[in-house]
Amino acid sequence: MSENSTTIIEVKNLVRNFKKIEAVRNISFTVNKGESFAFLGPNGAGKTTTIRMLTTLLEPTSGFVSLNGFDVHKNPSDTRRSFGIVFQDPSLDTELTAYENMYIHAVLYGLEKNVYKKRIEELMTMVELWSRKDDLVKNFSGGMKRRLEIARGLLHHPKVLFLDEPTLGLDPQTRNLMWNYIKDLREKEGLTVFFTTHYMEEADKNADRIAIIDHGVIVAQGKSEELKTQTNTKTLEEAFLALTGTDIRESSGSVGVQMMKMWHGRK
Amino acid sequence: MILYILWLRQIKRYLRSKSRMIGSLGQPILFLVALGFGFGPIFEKAGGGNYIQFLAPGIIAMTILFTAIFAGIEVIWDKQFGFLKETLVAPVSRTKIMIGRTLGGATVATIQGVIVFIFTLFIGFRPTSILMSFFALVVMFLIALLFTALGTAIASRLEDMQGFQLIMNFLVMPIFFLSGALFPVDSLPSSFEIIIRIDPLSYGVDALRGVLSNAAHFGLGLDLIVLLSVVVVITIIGAWQFSKIEI
Ligand SMILES: Nc1ncnc2c1ncn2[C@@H]1O[C@H](COP(=O)(O)OP(=O)(O)O)[C@@H](O)[C@H]1O
Ligand SMILES: [Mg+2]
Repeated sequence: MSENSTTIIEVKNLVRNFKKIEAVRNISFTVNKGESFAFLGPNGAGKTTTIRMLTTLLEPTSGFVSLNGFDVHKNPSDTRRSFGIVFQDPSLDTELTAYENMYIHAVLYGLEKNVYKKRIEELMTMVELWSRKDDLVKNFSGGMKRRLEIARGLLHHPKVLFLDEPTLGLDPQTRNLMWNYIKDLREKEGLTVFFTTHYMEEADKNADRIAIIDHGVIVAQGKSEELKTQTNTKTLEEAFLALTGTDIRESSGSVGVQMMKMWHGRK
Repeated sequence: MILYILWLRQIKRYLRSKSRMIGSLGQPILFLVALGFGFGPIFEKAGGGNYIQFLAPGIIAMTILFTAIFAGIEVIWDKQFGFLKETLVAPVSRTKIMIGRTLGGATVATIQGVIVFIFTLFIGFRPTSILMSFFALVVMFLIALLFTALGTAIASRLEDMQGFQLIMNFLVMPIFFLSGALFPVDSLPSSFEIIIRIDPLSYGVDALRGVLSNAAHFGLGLDLIVLLSVVVVITIIGAWQFSKIEI
């Protein structure tokens, strides 16, 4: 385990198969402390599956993952204390109030009362939901739910925040607002952010480094500028197409070609 | 504290969904009124004594059975609507999560049982002693635990609500109808009595009859031993199934 002090996530030769589907095929990468790292790829690329393995929800078929210095497989409990997560799909209890959702989280993570009381107010104020704290979550809009999930994910002072397609279905205002909170928190708390998206601009704007994943394989990784230079292109999108284009021809998978066509055509 | 918070969550959800609360009381009350007054005269003519006196414990047990199974099955909702993920990434053992939920669901089912119990008093049910009525709470809670854990065990294996109808028709309904909740066990053919003796709810119904009407057929001691053992076994199976959930 070659853990140096600036690495917070280390992934080595990670594989996950679902019966015949190879969802994640031997990927390796590291994320540094305080970094914002994006996993960019189309639907079905294996982004969520990777996150599930990084967050103890799914056993890898093979490979090694460490987070905040803990072996995720051997030490799930310490791993869980080290990260917060906003899932791709909603995960709030909509029959409870916003505050109750936060409170349950605080208790589940074993926070002290004097600590969480202050922290809940602070975070809910940040995401502009403090005035709505006693409303049932089922009466919230999609954007409000997302903001509450972000606040909840940060409640236990995680070192790493996972965001799985956090802005899916949100309007531009809410998106903007959300990334502003994240930016503030990174500056204030030195938070590491790992997010997935299939929006090019989002990765370009909010990530220090980007890994492009397709069909369970990381086809390239680096700073946005590096990816552009490497492929001699002007935009991240062009870089993406240049990178994944050659890969498809080599692998000659017909499903892959079709997916790429959809991917091209979708813009 | 963690058990308490998971318990509290179930209670709050219950108290807030008035429609569910009232909806699940409709059936037992209908059963009590229709069967109680409909079959009462025949039952008495056949020498069975007061039918309401006989039926009430059975219907209380039925209420608990249905509410508890539902509370367990709620795991599927939490899988589909997401809250389960929130608990599964928390630094808490899955066994604790399962037990907290089960205690919450069982408490809700017991409360429903108590409400129906109070209703039976209005239509003429007379428990033999007030002290024993408090003991009935313990029996109700055991029945509730058993079936909440069973619901949880089943729900842990299901992806969605598709299998629900199947479970109702081939598990929950037989458990209810073959428990002796509606008819006396003493005068049955012995092959049929065997089936009834396999059904764990029979012991719950019998124990309730024991404490409320002083009319246990199997005997209160045996009832409690069976109930307790089945609760322990099903809870272990439930916790094991719950720990295997992948989402
Ligand atoms: N539980 C599962 N069972 C079977 N296949 C799955 C399961 N989860 C994901 N997959 C498959 O793995 C692939 C990657 O999925 P996913 O990681 O969700 O992609 P992404 O998040 O990038 O959109 C897809 O082909 C998906 O159908
Ligand atoms: Mg995904």
